Amino acid sequence: MAKYIVKRVGLALITLLIIVFLLFVMVRIMPGNPFPSERMSAEQIANKRIEMGLDKPVLVQFRDYMVKLLQGDFGKGTSLYYGAPIKTVLSTCVQNSFRIGGLAILIGTAVGLLLGITAALNRGRFLDGFCTVFSIVGVCVPSYVFLIFLQYYFSYKIPYFPYFFDANRFLFSSILPALSLSLFTMSTVARFTRNEMVEVMDSDYVRLAESKGIYGPRLIRRHVLRNALIPIVTVLAPLIVDLLTGALVVEKIYGINGIGKLMVDAISGEGVDYNYVLALGILYSALYIGIMLAVDLLYGILDPRIRVAAKGDA
Amino acid sequence: MNEKAILELKDLDVSFRTNAGVIHAIRGVNLDLQKGETVAIVGESGSGKSVTMKAVTGLLDENATVNRGQIHYRLAENGKEEIVDLLKLPKKELRRRINGRHIAMVFQDPMTSLDPTMPVGKQIMESMLLYGGRSREEAKARALELMNLVGISDAEHRMKYYPHQFSGGMRQRVVIAIALSGDPDILICDEPTTALDVTIQAKILELIKDIQKRMGLSVIYITHDLGVVAKVADYVNVMYAGKIVEVGNVNEIFYDPRHPYTWGLLTAMPDMDTDDDRLYSIPGSPPNLLHEPKGDAFAPRNAFALAIDEKAEPPLFKISDTHYAATWLLHPDAPKIEMPPELQARLERERKEAAKYLA
Ligand SMILES: Nc1ncnc2c1ncn2[C@@H]1O[C@H](COP(=O)(O)OP(=O)(O)O)[C@@H](O)[C@H]1O
Ligand SMILES: [Mg+2]
Repeated sequence: MAKYIVKRVGLALITLLIIVFLLFVMVRIMPGNPFPSERMSAEQIANKRIEMGLDKPVLVQFRDYMVKLLQGDFGKGTSLYYGAPIKTVLSTCVQNSFRIGGLAILIGTAVGLLLGITAALNRGRFLDGFCTVFSIVGVCVPSYVFLIFLQYYFSYKIPYFPYFFDANRFLFSSILPALSLSLFTMSTVARFTRNEMVEVMDSDYVRLAESKGIYGPRLIRRHVLRNALIPIVTVLAPLIVDLLTGALVVEKIYGINGIGKLMVDAISGEGVDYNYVLALGILYSALYIGIMLAVDLLYGILDPRIRVAAKGDA
Repeated sequence: MNEKAILELKDLDVSFRTNAGVIHAIRGVNLDLQKGETVAIVGESGSGKSVTMKAVTGLLDENATVNRGQIHYRLAENGKEEIVDLLKLPKKELRRRINGRHIAMVFQDPMTSLDPTMPVGKQIMESMLLYGGRSREEAKARALELMNLVGISDAEHRMKYYPHQFSGGMRQRVVIAIALSGDPDILICDEPTTALDVTIQAKILELIKDIQKRMGLSVIYITHDLGVVAKVADYVNVMYAGKIVEVGNVNEIFYDPRHPYTWGLLTAMPDMDTDDDRLYSIPGSPPNLLHEPKGDAFAPRNAFALAIDEKAEPPLFKISDTHYAATWLLHPDAPKIEMPPELQARLERERKEAAKYLA
């Protein structure tokens, strides 16, 4: 198993390195100027290029970038937040997005599981139908529409929650955006859990368990949930990445200084900020690869069929 | 219920609600099982064999309704005997008192009937720990014993295996060990060898017979294969479209069959002794029970059908104390119709063969 893990982690790191390289090259090929060109003269720009090393061969630039990156240095913005180290700006945005996204994941998964299990246990009855309708609505309604709705009722009509994000009252002002962001995850998890459970409850092995006298909560816990919930890990993973990396419109509407907003600023400012685009791309890829790796390893622990195969592998 | 009877189905009638309408799957089934004996239920796929046994074990699907009938079971518990109607027991009580500990089941497909996320040893021990009043060590010892009994070697080690680490035949042995884990009186085997290779089929059949002898089990054996029936059964129930159309002991069914459907099934058995390798099959297919059949359900496929078959369903006619068949051909006023001569010749030949073996 240890050998298996080392192999998977190594593979993930190599993948990440390749992605960073591709991003690095693509950013440089991309149309657009890294500097706010209206405000700078041609000469200033030329000087700036030399200062940033953009005149050197790409491979040399990449080597220099990697050396800094490995020390945790993303460099400075080329046009955005002029002069401030990216690390500082990024860490504020990451903190905001991760916290709100994390909260959304928690709410979405917990409520989604609860809904899905309830629906499966009441198959064909009212609660099941309710859950189906809820999950369809939840998948179809964009999260920002839900956010506006929540703002209207719980900030305006009943002025309980704040209208906008306030870093000083972090938890309190995160509830509305987190709730609206969790809706999609909630619906997806609920529908998936319900369908998996129903399938397992119809399986031969659950019949066999019943035929030896197992019933009720024990049957659900030991035979149904265990089998139904293993695959949910795979559904959850991309949702987690999505939520952590921030939601553009929700962040805009609720005035959250987060990753989604930063990405838009980096591209749509006066210049396409090479270093921000790169830093955000790396962050996104690293998150995605990291979480997918975690899922694979977790799956190995949860599902004996894979666990044993991995053992044989090592 | 007579002294020796352990299970008795009386006029069982089951239907299913579906989007297409009501499927009347079981239409008044009677069946007796005596202590220590093996009763087979045969019939084409879809005739209602599995549903009948699911009714006995309380495993009917959610859309099923039991319209009529009783399932009497002679329950021996704490040194006392009483007769209970399994259909009247609440689900919970059925699971707690009957399933596994008195009536256990072996399913058709060993590839899907074991929990993929639980080691097999645990699956064998699970209900022992829940009901058997055994400690972990005792349960484990018993599980090892059972695994040896069903022919799984190196049991100590293999207890920790997951189902996917076993072959189909081995998995069916595990399923049998699970079925035996509650020390049942009745073992219901629903086509236990259908999904297995021919060579393994024979071994599993032998195993079930052997265990039955050793543990004094009563067995209900469901199959669509009359060849299997000949090997295992004392009594045979032939089922068609949710009804038992002929019942008798093995000799009566194999050498003196009376129902044209039984004739068809026997003719469809591969004959080892002729060079003729064309395989006969009964023409047509079983009726769709969404629509209540009019008259005898088998009539449309029956070359010997009489006019009355179109109008009225035949009752069971008595042939001997143990032999009954539901066909109008047995009515005193019916024209004398014998089974097809080829079948007659074949059965005659087989009877002589059997006699030779016995001599
Ligand atoms: N849950 C169900 N819903 C609707 N029809 C069913 C259900 N279970 C069984 N049936 C029907 O009952 C009939 C008998 O099925 P079954 O007992 O499984 O046949 P077999 O003799 O092959 O074991 C079939 O026509 C089948 O379609
Ligand atoms: Mg069946």
